[in-house]
Amino acid sequence: MNAVAQKLLDVRGLQKFFPINKGFLQRTVGHVRAVDGVDFTLHEGETLGLVGESGCGKTTASRCILRAIDPTGGEIHYQTKTGAVVDLAKLTPAELRPLRAEIQMIFQDPFGSLNPRMTLLDNVGEPLLVNGIGNRSERADRVAELLRLVGLRPEFMHRFPHAFSGGQRQRIGIARALATSPRLVVADEPVSALDVSVQAQVLNLLLELQAQMKLTFLFVAHDLSVVRHISDRIAVMYVGQLVELAPTDALFRAPQHPYTAALMRAV
Amino acid sequence: MTPLLSVRDLRVSFQLDEGVVRAVDGTSFDVQPGQVLGIVGESGCGKSVTMKAILQLVDRPGQIDTGEISFARPNGEIVDLAKLSPRGATMREIRGGEIALIPQEPMASFSPVHTVGDQIIEAILLHSHRWEQDGRKITRRDARDITVGLFRDVGISMPEQRVDAYSWQLSGGLRQRAMIAMALSCKPRLLIADEPTTAIDVTTQAQVLALLRDLQAKYNTAIIFITHDLGVIAQMASYVVVMYLGKVMEQGPVDAIFHSPKHPYTRALLRSIPSMYGQTRVALPVISGALPHPFNRPPGCPFHPRCPDVMAVCSVGVPRLLPAGDDQLASCFLHHTAAEPV
Amino acid sequence: MAVAGDIAEGRVAVASNWRLVWWRFRRHRLAMISAGLLIFLYLIVLAPDFFSVQDPERTDARQAFIPVQMVHFLDDGSLSPWVPAITGKRHPVTLRMEWVADPTRKVGVRFFARGYSYRVLGMFETNFHLIAPADPAQRIFLLGSDRLGRDQWSRIMHGTQTSMTVGLVAVALSVILGVVLGGLSGYVGGKTDQVIQRVIELLQSVPTIPIWLALSAALPRDWTPIQVFFAITVILSLVGWTTLGREVRGRFLALREEDFVLAARLAGCSRMRIILRHMVPTFASHIIATSSLAIPVMIINETSLSFLGLGIRPPAISWGVLLQEAQNIQTLALAPWLLTPGLVVIVAVLAFNLVGDGLRDAADPYSN
Ligand SMILES: Nc1ncnc2c1ncn2[C@@H]1O[C@H](COP(=O)(O)OP(=O)(O)OP(=O)(O)O)[C@@H](O)[C@H]1O
Ligand SMILES: Nc1ncnc2c1ncn2[C@@H]1O[C@H](COP(=O)(O)OP(=O)(O)O)[C@@H](O)[C@H]1O
Ligand code: SF4
Ligand SMILES: [Mg+2]
Ligand SMILES: [Mg+2]
Repeated sequence: MNAVAQKLLDVRGLQKFFPINKGFLQRTVGHVRAVDGVDFTLHEGETLGLVGESGCGKTTASRCILRAIDPTGGEIHYQTKTGAVVDLAKLTPAELRPLRAEIQMIFQDPFGSLNPRMTLLDNVGEPLLVNGIGNRSERADRVAELLRLVGLRPEFMHRFPHAFSGGQRQRIGIARALATSPRLVVADEPVSALDVSVQAQVLNLLLELQAQMKLTFLFVAHDLSVVRHISDRIAVMYVGQLVELAPTDALFRAPQHPYTAALMRAV
Repeated sequence: MTPLLSVRDLRVSFQLDEGVVRAVDGTSFDVQPGQVLGIVGESGCGKSVTMKAILQLVDRPGQIDTGEISFARPNGEIVDLAKLSPRGATMREIRGGEIALIPQEPMASFSPVHTVGDQIIEAILLHSHRWEQDGRKITRRDARDITVGLFRDVGISMPEQRVDAYSWQLSGGLRQRAMIAMALSCKPRLLIADEPTTAIDVTTQAQVLALLRDLQAKYNTAIIFITHDLGVIAQMASYVVVMYLGKVMEQGPVDAIFHSPKHPYTRALLRSIPSMYGQTRVALPVISGALPHPFNRPPGCPFHPRCPDVMAVCSVGVPRLLPAGDDQLASCFLHHTAAEPV
Repeated sequence: MAVAGDIAEGRVAVASNWRLVWWRFRRHRLAMISAGLLIFLYLIVLAPDFFSVQDPERTDARQAFIPVQMVHFLDDGSLSPWVPAITGKRHPVTLRMEWVADPTRKVGVRFFARGYSYRVLGMFETNFHLIAPADPAQRIFLLGSDRLGRDQWSRIMHGTQTSMTVGLVAVALSVILGVVLGGLSGYVGGKTDQVIQRVIELLQSVPTIPIWLALSAALPRDWTPIQVFFAITVILSLVGWTTLGREVRGRFLALREEDFVLAARLAGCSRMRIILRHMVPTFASHIIATSSLAIPVMIINETSLSFLGLGIRPPAISWGVLLQEAQNIQTLALAPWLLTPGLVVIVAVLAFNLVGDGLRDAADPYSN
């Protein structure tokens, strides 16, 4: 990462509260403050790792950035392909639509993230189809190219996801995320469900694709050795807030926050 | 010392329409009383099926083809679990009473319509003789107290309240702990933990592991610990079995396995984990190729299509599991020339 | 083996969900046999007259309670089906007609022969029948006759049409109600969900039989059989959609959280596309399985209502109406063949249940 890299994402005071509903009428009696004031920036081409224990709000924060859920408060400034800066937190669903192609996600569960009723062609080609990119045969060509990119045989395109192993499905999920040539990819525990040998292959693939396509990653994980291996900088989250954010080396050499130190001792 | 459990040449297969899946294909290992045995291997290599075979719980259409599973009962009697009837009285007494399983899918293991506490209380009452002292009968009240105590032991905060929760009200980590409490409710001599920490984060995982170690020390329970995470194995186990495609590739004391692995598969696995000290953002060494489809098992050494040290003999004979180095066993022709009889 | 495995793997890999469901369903022998039986029953529904021997309404008081006439296929070693003729004598003491079969007098029977004329599906007229007496002037009673001398066999064929249709239409209506309301409940959530859930709970907590009784007793007496038929169907489905509604809601709730649905949203799919392309196909096979288990319940309900005289009323014919004829002990002792509709109900219900079970097992090819 070089110092002059463009700011791609600038998150300020991000909050997400979930209502706690009780009783027959489901009245709201309080809130779970899942994410409570998170700030960070992401530079073009870098990988920011996000770690923290179960339930600390990593998934919630990353889904807010994707606008898979609507944040309660805060700003998410994103610099679009055209150079304009928009606040993702404030956009309406209609305004978000054209930006969906630029921000994509890789899922944790390789079994649940592909539609079992659709072939690879339809699964991977769907983002192209709904964004009106190419005609049928152009889409098939693009899917073939994407499958080759993630190390799968293009002939597999007419198969259904049930014919693939966990590692292969994860590659398919990556191919789908890359279909629209995104700039920012949010990966929520993308290798946690994989075997060590497959995990190494997928990590290598992600690094390779990043170099090739100038991707920016927000990489959520709970395995510190994995986060350390892939990240330029690491953010440590604890009950809804970031307690420390530092370059990987510095963080591992001299953790500043007691929670970070505790986390490292747990390994 | 006689082993608590001794598995010899166990073979389990599934007859499917599309072909035969040999899920476990000649596995042998021993568990000593009070020992923590780690079993590692990639998904689908037969870890769970081996454990289900020990408890005679293999799903249909699977069946135990051959093999011996000798288990030492508390009265010193040695029984071959593979020969027992799955629904017989002895098997039922052993299952849950002497051998307990923490299954891989904790969500599916509790019924959603009863509280977690009720389910554990039932289990305690079922094996009540194990908790009786001075000939006093265990009442439902006592069972509830024991359950609260177990919850406290496994590190569930507010155990009195949590006893009355339903499984879906507990977070992943708590459910896992409740599952462990359930497994301990019958004071087993052998506890089988099938990937108990795969779904949880580092800190919770560290707590669960510490908990299992404490329990092992406190009750002297032997544990078979299954995982695909080598880091966890290094922390937990004293003896390690490495499996690949239903066969044992290598087994030995944990230090030997990690510091001088003899089998090419073990070596390759160890190389592919990102290290806490190595260079970051570089390509990790990977095992070439992919796990073969279960219907297409390679002939000869199961690892030969992916092995960096493959030789001509490897695709012909199946190497036997024999001593290699000081205290390990490995099934690889690099270390001996003995093939399994065909 | 390796090659065979490869081919099998390739074949399974490109198999769509429906093909996988079919492969798994095919393995259930009983379900396959039952499916064949149901197809046959629905053929009867399409053209009951083709399967009938006589006009089901043709009465003749002098031919009441004629017993079953068995079909014999061989006549002196040659293939020529016949039934024994029946002659009646009045019992000197009880004065009741007593029928005896006379195997020496044979009444010829022909397959695919001409008989009385009828319209198929109300469209074209024909007089072809599966079975007909060789001499159109003769009457034969394959399952005997009832108190008015009507042919039980032909009446069962027509009863099959009504009862099977009620089952199918009532379930179809339930499915529509269940999918729309359950889907709304599950996808929209919030207040809508609350209201629909309370309605379902209410409907499920009141005992069904009294509701049916009340609702069907409220039907005007002067309605035509067709009107009553539709009213009964609607009543059955109004009470019957709740289970399906619950199931659909549950599936929607579960699916809403699925990663692939989120992935579709992030890809920029519209709501409609997500529902139609991603959610509905995922549980369509379950809905079909559940529905095929609901049809027999509907059939039993219709039969019970009609048996009690509260459902479909004569002159319309249904299995329940036919069983009403067998209500008193005396007729039972005298003419046990009037119970045959009961047998048909049992067979049909069993077949539906077996097919439903088979479908349910086959519906989730990804379960292992
Ligand atoms: N839909 C929801 N309704 C109510 N509370 C929720 C909801 N989703 C998440 N939460 C709560 O928000 C908090 C953060 O959850 P989140 O899923 O972001 O955790 P996480 O850091 O990703 O954990 P993990 O490592 O287990 O994935 C938790 O306390 C969780 O219970
Ligand atoms: N119920 C089943 N039906 C068919 N095959 C099965 C069944 N259970 C397991 N298998 C097969 O047995 C092999 C070993 O599975 P398992 O023991 O669950 O692996 P793991 O080592 O991940 O626990 C796999 O190839 C799997 O597909
Ligand atoms: S037997 Fe041969 S192929 Fe198998 S692990 Fe040893 S060297 Fe490799
Ligand atoms: Mg998460
Ligand atoms: Mg397993």
